[in-house]
Amino acid sequence: MEGNQLPCQASYMRNALFNQGYLDDQFLQLEDLQDEANPHFVEEVVKLFYSDSARLIRNIELTLENTPSDFEKLDNIMHQYKGSSSSIGAKKVKKECTQFQEYCEVENIDGCLRTFQEVKQEHASLKRKLENYFQLVREAR
Amino acid sequence: MAVEDVGSGCSSSGDQEFHVLAVDDSIIDRKVIERLLKISCCKVTAVESGSRALQYLGIDGERSSLGFDDLKVNLIITDYSMPGMTGYELLKKIKGSTKLRQIPVVIMSSENILARVDRCMEEGAEDFLMKPVQLSDVERLRDFMLRGGEEREVVGHKRKTRDDSCSSSVLSCDRDHPLSPRSVSAMAHCKPLSKRPRLLATD
Repeated sequence: MEGNQLPCQASYMRNALFNQGYLDDQFLQLEDLQDEANPHFVEEVVKLFYSDSARLIRNIELTLENTPSDFEKLDNIMHQYKGSSSSIGAKKVKKECTQFQEYCEVENIDGCLRTFQEVKQEHASLKRKLENYFQLVREAR
Repeated sequence: MAVEDVGSGCSSSGDQEFHVLAVDDSIIDRKVIERLLKISCCKVTAVESGSRALQYLGIDGERSSLGFDDLKVNLIITDYSMPGMTGYELLKKIKGSTKLRQIPVVIMSSENILARVDRCMEEGAEDFLMKPVQLSDVERLRDFMLRGGEEREVVGHKRKTRDDSCSSSVLSCDRDHPLSPRSVSAMAHCKPLSKRPRLLATD
């Protein structure tokens, strides 16, 4: 279903996600790749993102606990996570990732710790919103 | 790692089917690039690392020499930042191999680093795309392969008895030949590369 053909509730939610800055243009790019033969492509990619990125989040957590001064490692893992979040159009998540990497660059552990909380919050928040959104889309079919 | 068939939307006009080898350690990015390529009517093989890619190409090469053209690779598109072997290192290995060097290689990266772009282009990459890669990028790659494919027919015909190593390549059979596609940087001049202005912008 195209974004502009969604029934009221799903459409409203979709618009809100964009207007409130949760999603960016990349999400639209993914929607353009959907067709009758592949109607769930975006949802599949998002699900894949959340299942795959859980381990990256966990790895950052463990590194912050065990070897917090290994900024190179933190930056590497965050680079991967940021790339994936960018691929689904997760705008706010990506912004926090960039901030985290900036703190890594100047080796500011407090900044990293604080920002990582934000990353996790945005990660969870978007997950909830997208789950709700896809549920609405599915119900409308 | 199986080669997947093109979806039903690509049956128009008996188009040439290009086979693209996509290399990316991110499972999300592999899924997206695969979809982008399938929509653009390409067969796709997606692998997770440079070493897997070389393994595939090595096997591919052997099969080609036995006359199996089906798995011939027309383009390699690879992420730059990968653990183990980077896209740049993969590019070097491909360009350093007599069997593989004529396969065009495109690099993808989420990082806008001019030195990195230069390094890749100097090593023989056909193009350098900023991630996330978009449909317009892939469509442009397809146009590139189409143009190279047409020209190859002429080049290939003239050269087929002379140089067997050319037979598995689509493009750049002979870069010095007047009808051969182009030098490395010329692809950039075919159409405006939407990503290029960003590459040249100073941060």
